Amino acid sequence: MFPSRFRYEAPTSIEEAIALLGANEDAKVLAGGQSLIPMMKLRFANPALLVDINNIPDMGYHRADADGSFRIGALCRHADLEKSTILREHQPLLAAAAPLVADPIVRTRGTFVGSVCHADPQGDWAACMVALGGSVIAQGPNGKRAVEVKDFVSGPFTTVLARDEIAIEGVVPKAQGTRTGGYLKLERRVGDFATAAVAVSLDMSGGVVKNAGIGLVGVGSQTINASEAAAALIGSSLDDEAVDRAAELAAEASNPRGDHRGSADYKRHIVSTFVTRIIANVQRSEMQVA
Amino acid sequence: MALDEIKIGGLGASRRRVEDNRFIRGKGNYVDDVVLPGMLHMEILRSPLAHARIKSIDTSAAYAIPGVRMVMTGEMMAARNLAWMPTLSYDTQAVLATDKVRFQGQEVCAVIADDPYIARDGVEAIVVDYEPLPPIVNPTQAMADDAVLIRDDKVNQSNNVIFDWEVGDRESTDRAFAEADMVSEIDMHYPRSHPSPIEACGSIADYDRSTSKLTVYMTSQAPHIVRAAVSMVAEIHEHMIRIIAPDLGGGFGNKVPVYPGYVISILASILLEKPVKWIEDKTGNLISTGFGRDVYLKGKLALRKDGKILGVRMDTVSDHGAFFSDAQPSKFKIGLIHSAFACYDIPTAYLTNRGVYTNKAPGGVAYRCSFRVTEAMFFQERMVQAAADDLGMDQAEFRRVNLVKDDDFPKRTPFGFLTDSGQYEKCLQIGLDAIDYDNFKEQKAEAAKRGRLLGIGISTMTEPLGAGNSREYDILGIKMFDSAELRVHMTGKAILRTGAKTQGQGHETTWAQIVAHELGIPAEDIVVEEGDTDTAPFGMGTYASRSTPVAGAAVSMVSRKIRAKARKIAAHLLEVSDEDIEWELGRFYVRGAQDRGVTIQECAMAAYSNVPDGMEPGLENNAYYDPPNLTWPFACYISTVEVDPLTGVWDVIRMVAVDDCGVRINPMIVEGQIMGGLTEAYAMANMQFITFDEDGNCIGSNYMDYLLPTAWETPGFELHEVVTPCPHHPIGAKGIGECATVGGPAAFVNAVMDALKDIGVRNIDMPLLPDRVYEAIQTGQDVSGHPPVKNR
Repeated sequence: MFPSRFRYEAPTSIEEAIALLGANEDAKVLAGGQSLIPMMKLRFANPALLVDINNIPDMGYHRADADGSFRIGALCRHADLEKSTILREHQPLLAAAAPLVADPIVRTRGTFVGSVCHADPQGDWAACMVALGGSVIAQGPNGKRAVEVKDFVSGPFTTVLARDEIAIEGVVPKAQGTRTGGYLKLERRVGDFATAAVAVSLDMSGGVVKNAGIGLVGVGSQTINASEAAAALIGSSLDDEAVDRAAELAAEASNPRGDHRGSADYKRHIVSTFVTRIIANVQRSEMQVA
Repeated sequence: MALDEIKIGGLGASRRRVEDNRFIRGKGNYVDDVVLPGMLHMEILRSPLAHARIKSIDTSAAYAIPGVRMVMTGEMMAARNLAWMPTLSYDTQAVLATDKVRFQGQEVCAVIADDPYIARDGVEAIVVDYEPLPPIVNPTQAMADDAVLIRDDKVNQSNNVIFDWEVGDRESTDRAFAEADMVSEIDMHYPRSHPSPIEACGSIADYDRSTSKLTVYMTSQAPHIVRAAVSMVAEIHEHMIRIIAPDLGGGFGNKVPVYPGYVISILASILLEKPVKWIEDKTGNLISTGFGRDVYLKGKLALRKDGKILGVRMDTVSDHGAFFSDAQPSKFKIGLIHSAFACYDIPTAYLTNRGVYTNKAPGGVAYRCSFRVTEAMFFQERMVQAAADDLGMDQAEFRRVNLVKDDDFPKRTPFGFLTDSGQYEKCLQIGLDAIDYDNFKEQKAEAAKRGRLLGIGISTMTEPLGAGNSREYDILGIKMFDSAELRVHMTGKAILRTGAKTQGQGHETTWAQIVAHELGIPAEDIVVEEGDTDTAPFGMGTYASRSTPVAGAAVSMVSRKIRAKARKIAAHLLEVSDEDIEWELGRFYVRGAQDRGVTIQECAMAAYSNVPDGMEPGLENNAYYDPPNLTWPFACYISTVEVDPLTGVWDVIRMVAVDDCGVRINPMIVEGQIMGGLTEAYAMANMQFITFDEDGNCIGSNYMDYLLPTAWETPGFELHEVVTPCPHHPIGAKGIGECATVGGPAAFVNAVMDALKDIGVRNIDMPLLPDRVYEAIQTGQDVSGHPPVKNR
């Protein structure tokens, strides 16, 4: 690859990294690099400075905290999540999505937080975080702030991060009951951009949906938060009527463009089919448990 | 006392590939690995537009970048009469555009700089002012009355038609249709695809003014053809040109043509008197170099009620892109597409083809296609299945009725080729048994009751592999024979060189096995070398599955010449006359006294130390082999699938392959070739194509859009074999490299169509993407897939 000329820094503390971002006009953070490096190769991205955060210690974690939240550090790789037993135990939606992110090579290097920050409408994790009501912790020269992912992505490939802020952590809030959910993606081949993908998160208690979220991938110019579809499920016992309504509203929330992966109608149809299928899968596995 | 042939790595040994030793250690030597002193780097500026007039080119900003040595333009090429070059199909192709750009990705300028980063910076700094013209992306647009003339550079070219070609007997075919009980018709498009070798194209041109010698390291499957072409285009005498094709990272027909990048790097080296390296990137490879297929069919079969096919009519249109540059035998404008229906006993056939120009990259003969046999066999097997369905006849039974019988050989095909051997029904039966055909049909009916869509598809075909003979097959007038040269050293070790060029086929392994078979010299004692025109004997290179049928035969023949001389030496050493000498593998002995003998190694030593009076010393020779006929391998591929009616996604349940490629030299390599071919077949059926939007933008310009299946998607393959030796090949071998790529796609597509048969769908154009399958299920209508891509 022959990118444009760029400068490279590899700080060893987050403060140093933030200072470098503040001091340089056209700097980009390099974590896993699985989107940034290909874009530099194609010269779509030509940053003047790369701030490589891989030498900053203690950011590769993911953990379930005592307060019920689940935290993922900025250097936690997709593959770490794919192999994680605590993820499977606490976050069924994320566990379902982990093996479907990109391909095994990308998963080895790419990061969860980096994927959310890249804000690609094709990003799997952003849709999952939207469904889960998750947040990103951004750190800047004046300290940290939490931003909900649904507000974090401000457009295709853009976020509300300030120039001198780094996303240091993703946070999934505590479940309201038992958390369940699932992720389905239609792709022509492993590593392909999704024709469409759907993330459904359900917090259940006594057979009733206490909280729900639905995130949509690849069917609009950014990650879609299908909140009305999710609302149709809250309070229901996942009866056919509620599920059909949610599937219909999710399809309505999507705003796909026809392309060589399929027509807009087809993609909308896949969204509703996947909402139905994910919930059916959830119900099937509940029955097996019971 | 004869040697164990398998132990010495002879015929039939699944010997490990010797070339892999260096490849898996990262020690291969590809063009990009070659570094010459003082070497400069070249990068090409490509057109962003599919069709546009060039108003001006400003290279001043590029020249201003430190380290930029030269910016080559079409004008500079034209000053040396090199702006256009001849193609392998007697057309011309722009090297660097002077007047217009005619496809997206066409070469416009080239920057030569101290390193590849600077060369890229230079390319970005060039300013080209284009005046857009309407782009043409399919033959219908090309043939419209008001279509813009793409090739306005050509005198006497008044429209976008390149040629009209026909083959077969029109009158008798018309009669067959008039007399038929029923006519089955089907239309389809075999989409454009790309061979996409992992290593893209590249060259290092090194012109030495002091010796007037031009050395070019090049990604070429046919270095001798390139040497001839360069000597014609660049007006350098042939003996002053040395083409070296080092290790190639795949070819698949993509590396047969001569590309503008090669020519520009040669001129740049001559002008700058420095070695100039050009390494194409993946996008450059996908959008500008030799593609495969892009042919439209209107097919008809004349049928009798009992299932007998009475006649074939195929009307085809081929989209060649902006220049007719197909690498194919010069007599056959649309390759060997008329090999269609060669495995069936059909009295008459007629085919027309119209070739057209479009605003797309040139090519058409590539991707394991054996000169468009891919299209022939895909169309054939789709037409066969549609006909069986139209007759309401079982698809296996329909084939049984029409397949050529074992004792019918030699047999004229409907279009006039001569097939010579095969056991077609046996192959079909092995396939049917393996997939448990009758049982699957019951399962399918059972599943249908629960709304599940299962399907089974068959593809049976024989294909012509191994061009020539030289009477009918030539490229630019050069006859399609091939060659081998064998030198046995005094210790009995040997070096073999051929005019072929391996790109992954394993010649270094299998050629040595043929020598081992003929001479009893262990394969590990033979080194194989190809690709350097200064050392290798003249040959036409490796493509169209021709290496084993042609160069492989030459290896046999040269070994036999060596054996004939060694026999005389043996008689001398054993002090008997030639007639009293017998041969067993690796050893001559005296008839009637088997213990009195000499080994081939002892004969080799004597050739350099103790030759009989009057005999030339040494033990080396060469052979040029002109095959009497093509070889005709047969294959039966059967696939079962399940289609998800709610998404259109289909999964392969099983894929059974029965291949008869005659005698197998290295069964492991043969199986590898079949599995690779089936993977490509699955790719084309399922996901892989290059299409264009209305503006002529190429969709498929990188690996996110042009899909190569990974191990995750690729189904498992179950391989079976039948061996019917080729009657005219010295060791009975037939070509195999392309069989599965050629015959495989129809098995998958037929299986999906079988699943949708009851819905009334007869055809979905490849690739059978989920949205196309879903649309067919929803509408009950056929789905076409030709460009421009629909943006709905």
